[in-house]
Amino acid sequence: MFVMKNVAKKVMAGLVAAAFMAVAAGCGGSQQSGGTQAGSTAKIGVVTILSGGGAAYGEAIKQGLELARDEINSKGKTKIELVIEDSKGEKNEAINAANKLIHKDNVVGIIGPTLSGDMFAIGPIANQSGVPIMGTSTTAEGITEIGEYVFRNALPESLAIPQAVKKAQQKLGLKKVAIMYSNNNDWAVSSFKTFEQAVKNNGIEVLTIETFADKDTDFSAQLTKIATLKPDAIMVSGLYQEAGLILKKAREMGITVPFVGNNGFNSPQLVKIAGASAEGAIVASPWFPSKDDEKVKKFVTAYKAKYGKEPDQFAAQAYDALYIMADALEKSGSTTDRAKLKNSLKIVKDFQGVTGKFAFDEKRNPAMEVTVLVVKEGNFVELK
Amino acid sequence: MLWQQVVNGLTLGSTYALIALGYTLIFGVLNIVNMAHGEIFMFGAFVALMLVTTFKVNLLVAMAGAALAGAVLGYLLEVTALRPLRKRAVSHMAPLISTIGVSIFLESLALNLFGAQSQSFPPMFSGKLLDFGLFQISVIQVVILAISVGLMLVLKFWLDRTKMGKSIRATSENIDTAAILGVNTQRVITITVMLASGLGAVAGVLVGLAFNAVEPTMGIPMGFKGLAVLILGGLGNITGAMVGGLLLGIAEVFSVAYGASSYREAVAFGLIMVLLFLRPQGLFGSPGNGGR
Repeated sequence: MFVMKNVAKKVMAGLVAAAFMAVAAGCGGSQQSGGTQAGSTAKIGVVTILSGGGAAYGEAIKQGLELARDEINSKGKTKIELVIEDSKGEKNEAINAANKLIHKDNVVGIIGPTLSGDMFAIGPIANQSGVPIMGTSTTAEGITEIGEYVFRNALPESLAIPQAVKKAQQKLGLKKVAIMYSNNNDWAVSSFKTFEQAVKNNGIEVLTIETFADKDTDFSAQLTKIATLKPDAIMVSGLYQEAGLILKKAREMGITVPFVGNNGFNSPQLVKIAGASAEGAIVASPWFPSKDDEKVKKFVTAYKAKYGKEPDQFAAQAYDALYIMADALEKSGSTTDRAKLKNSLKIVKDFQGVTGKFAFDEKRNPAMEVTVLVVKEGNFVELK
Repeated sequence: MLWQQVVNGLTLGSTYALIALGYTLIFGVLNIVNMAHGEIFMFGAFVALMLVTTFKVNLLVAMAGAALAGAVLGYLLEVTALRPLRKRAVSHMAPLISTIGVSIFLESLALNLFGAQSQSFPPMFSGKLLDFGLFQISVIQVVILAISVGLMLVLKFWLDRTKMGKSIRATSENIDTAAILGVNTQRVITITVMLASGLGAVAGVLVGLAFNAVEPTMGIPMGFKGLAVLILGGLGNITGAMVGGLLLGIAEVFSVAYGASSYREAVAFGLIMVLLFLRPQGLFGSPGNGGR
């Protein structure tokens, strides 16, 4: 008992000392960075997924942002410092990250989070604190309805999917389809509803609706069921990981009908996972890596040189997002005033990015052009 | 469609069974649930993938390599997370927590070593599709079924007929009595953990081959399914793990085929609950001794 007490005392003393040192170090650190960088540098927070299941998206976003940051900083005018936090794809982690960025790091604006579900969790916090927040991949319905500080440059599925469905019907003459979606992902559920609506509006019959979950790897039961119903096409709302595996399995089982996807299909990863099975997959997208455009070519080359792979849509939209924010910051004339940044973002117009001509509409959603793409010989080309 | 779905269910179920075998072995001997099993399973898949893609070895060598790596991980797990706790008389929850620690460590390690992106085996390994008219089955599905049944039989024989098996059974009966009777329990435990982990790693390779998705978090859902099967089959019962795995697979597939896919897991786990009401000791457990 006596010995224990002594040990406990020592441990306590050690802990207290350590805590003091940590506090001292923390103070020193923040004073330093505040002293040397205040004024000219804008601190922008990033909430994205760096570990766990969705880390592949977060990595692309981080890389897109860092490439844009380096380019912007080398040009001179506005200097940007990114404070990157990991949401792990979980709402509570995203909330912790947002609170840290807003109250401790005092960022002027936030880019992220990656998932629409996370945006529904932290959007209200940022809005209440008066911090502009811009999603680069949050495509679900109702994101910008959270409040006037919430923006996105992610093309909402409600714009993209109807175009994909319409074009697919024109080209392929669809009469009856099956729909599959991931039912544990807010965004996939939302785009499934858009799919269902779009399919009905075009007078196409829905044979069956099958669900799966993010991280599922076995889709044989659903696909066996769909195969017996003989649809003209299969609509899939899900992330590229599951979508790729579905395509692969379907072709393996001898299902040959075309697939129409949502935003999740928009990645070279889909082709990488599904291989030859990705042929003929259809998706609407603002990002099109083989587009004949100077800016796009330059971005693709720079990205390839730095990271050794082709940028996907997540990287491209993140890249554009930082440019949009830097542009707005410059026009607002301040690197710390959050309200000014919001007002300046609202009037962004005729911005030429790698995802095309860009403006925010009155609801802070992007107004941008959509191209319907199809996978041909492993590449996304325009469906004509 | 019925036969095809039965085949789908058996394939899915045999992967569950393979994972549950590892849980069952460790539970049988040590009376603990090894929460790091799913991560060792994941590491096995990655090791085989690396061997196949970078060193261009054939599949059997890769599988042996994965089993070896799994056994080494199992040894490290035993030395770092289980043995120190066994020496002191701590709560029996402690090893549960320490193995959760190991599982988080392994997952983060894999994330940094291999990246978050899911990877797949080169297509030549996924094998051909055999068409039997009533159903189609891929070569890899046949291999999975054969290996899991084979492993189960070998394990049963080994435990029932060999001296080592006898020592393992004695240790699982009562660790102190076994030690008094001259069984080197330390060695028995180490070998059991290594064997279970090696099996887990092989299961990882097979699942990676069957579903084409090898990634750092692949062990988590599979680990939970394995746990469910452990309970369903009867704690520490090898036949139970096998039959329980197949049943869970078939239940899941049939709830998709003849019900709504959204309720897939709810139906499967609901069935487990009903079964446990009727047979609390699990399918093959005998009542009274904790199911063993």
